[in-house]
Amino acid sequence: MSHHTPHVKTRGGRKTAVGNVGRPPVSWALPGILFFAVFAIVPLAIAVYLSFCQWDGLNSPTPTGLDNWTRLFKDPEFRQAAWLSLLLTTISWAFQTPVALLLGVWAAGRQRSRAVLSAVFFIPLLLSTTAIAMLFHALLDPNFGVITEIGPWFGIDPNIMGSSTGALLTVAFVGGWQFMPFHTLIYQGGARQIPEVLYQAAEMDGAGMFRQFFHITLPQLRHTITTSSVLMIVGSLTYFDTVLIMTKGGPGTDTTVLPYLMYRTGFQTYDLGYAAAIATALVVVATALSLILVRFSGFGNMRSTREGM
Amino acid sequence: MVMAGLLAGCGTSGGSGSDGGTITAYVYGDDAVKVQQAAVTKFNKTSKVKVKLVSVPGTDYVNKLRSAMGSPSAPDVFFNWGGGSIKPYVDAKQLVDLTSTVKNDATLKDGFLPSIMTAGSLDGKIYGVPMRGMQPVMLFYNKTLFAENKLEAPKTWEDLQNAITTFKAKGITPFALGGADKWPELMWMEYLLDRIGGPEVFQKIQNGDTSGWGDPAVLKAAQTVKELVDQGAFGKNFNSVDYGNGGAPTLLNKGKAAMHLMGSWEYSTQLGKAPEFAKKDLGWTAFPTVAGGVGDAADVVGNPTNYWSINARTKHKDAAIAFLKTMASQEYAKALVDNGDIPTTSNAASMLSTSPNPQFANDQYSLVQKAPSFTLSWDQALESQYATPLLTELSKLFAGKSTPEQFVAAMKAVK
Repeated sequence: MSHHTPHVKTRGGRKTAVGNVGRPPVSWALPGILFFAVFAIVPLAIAVYLSFCQWDGLNSPTPTGLDNWTRLFKDPEFRQAAWLSLLLTTISWAFQTPVALLLGVWAAGRQRSRAVLSAVFFIPLLLSTTAIAMLFHALLDPNFGVITEIGPWFGIDPNIMGSSTGALLTVAFVGGWQFMPFHTLIYQGGARQIPEVLYQAAEMDGAGMFRQFFHITLPQLRHTITTSSVLMIVGSLTYFDTVLIMTKGGPGTDTTVLPYLMYRTGFQTYDLGYAAAIATALVVVATALSLILVRFSGFGNMRSTREGM
Repeated sequence: MVMAGLLAGCGTSGGSGSDGGTITAYVYGDDAVKVQQAAVTKFNKTSKVKVKLVSVPGTDYVNKLRSAMGSPSAPDVFFNWGGGSIKPYVDAKQLVDLTSTVKNDATLKDGFLPSIMTAGSLDGKIYGVPMRGMQPVMLFYNKTLFAENKLEAPKTWEDLQNAITTFKAKGITPFALGGADKWPELMWMEYLLDRIGGPEVFQKIQNGDTSGWGDPAVLKAAQTVKELVDQGAFGKNFNSVDYGNGGAPTLLNKGKAAMHLMGSWEYSTQLGKAPEFAKKDLGWTAFPTVAGGVGDAADVVGNPTNYWSINARTKHKDAAIAFLKTMASQEYAKALVDNGDIPTTSNAASMLSTSPNPQFANDQYSLVQKAPSFTLSWDQALESQYATPLLTELSKLFAGKSTPEQFVAAMKAVK
């Protein structure tokens, strides 16, 4: 045969003629696969290998078997960092999702003012994380920042970054401030996919705005919620730059989340083997969490954007 | 003009035949680089082997050096802090042992203050040649605030306590402290331990005996830290104040804080941020004595200076040593003085009158010259595997997240 005949099979082994129409052969994916292998799979494999070694970055790595891993499970610092990472992720998710959802649904409307305002909302996403962290750091300076003027009006102690809870909440807030526009955009796209007829029908049945939102918008957006949540969770778990610039893991170790602990272990203590173990653990946790989320929300069953109508 | 002509002539005749090769030198990239650049330019005029200076931005310096030294493109010569900062490289046999070179060379042997040479050594071996100014930690204060409150610069712990009480009553933070950066907190621990137990306690730890953390003087120093924190000596919000972005220095020059324990670079920092204040109101003194302590009140902590070390894999060892020798020259020392630094060369005293601030320069020089001991900043003296946990544990102690006893226990447990 001189031309490629695609023999794509489904799990059941049946040929699905419809699914094959217009699909390019597998070889088209090769550049992508190669790229992914070189920049993601190979480094990941090296990190996994290093997690079984001791390495100071100068001499050659020496294999030490499971040493790093047994240490990991006993290390109170790792446990604290894992807990803080989960806490930060939960706070970020709980804070960003409702706001992004409401803003997104609102922005899905068609008035001109909304388009302009949506563009304004989008601005934080265009700034670099470092710039944002430095900006908020300056605003929250306990002696000279804006917080010393505004804080007392709301009964807020200007020493936010110096208190454990305050520092963690600030990190969550700053991250949310930056990435909420992105999730708003996702929800806006999702909300625009909802057929108008559903709302027209609901209106005829006498459903008000709240019932429409809870009985049409929210259920229709459930896959969008999953997508946004997966991105949010993976993003929050790998939260690093804001912590580095704003709190340096402090006060004490109260904002030393997993990625920062990994950085400190790897690039300040030069214990690169143990840092690789922390990194690998982080990959495992993040992958597991997103898989669980996808499974339980039925995201994997989705075949078209109209699914669930 | 004549000199330039001679040198140019040299260059054309020398450079015509042979290519001598290149030495790459990594240096910490800040304002002082221009002094090293001038030295390199001068050296290159007469040397066949040329030095190429690579200025690495300060915040990236340690990381970049570390990755470079583990790779084939390692520098031939590099800037460091001596002590623990070079220990990994010494252990990996990557540095040239300069002990005999220095001993057999009058220029190097007599060129520098002995305490400075010793401070950069490891296990009695010399791996570095001093190349920048000295950076002792001093107690800076606001002269106007002290005069207004009829106080003198504190010499004893009693004076210090008196100053704390007085300033607190006036709503002035006694000490500015950049706690968010962690390392400014270390300066307190360094001086307190030195005054309470003498320099030997930390020397023991530096020499690899971690049981030294169990010395009663360490606990006493940590308890003193806690007392100061609880007293409000550093104010309430020092945990969210930085040094790096100017938080702590601004507290001092705005009169919100009365004192600041900081490296001698505080002077140039203030000169940059608040020139008027630096010239008129900024005072400086040594760290006071601590009641019941056995340490000599003349002891100093900080960074004695920075050093050049030579990579053992260099192809141009002799040329590298020749370059290092130029660091002892009068001309190089003069360039440092003009830049506001205090050189660690033995002849430096005579040049200090041309410093931007001769009084500050002289006070600093005599402080170091008279010091029986100059303890290298702990985070540079110790290897990173101890230094990083030290800063973390100290930050917990200052933030009230751990007790002095927990601090000691945690440091004893670091492996």
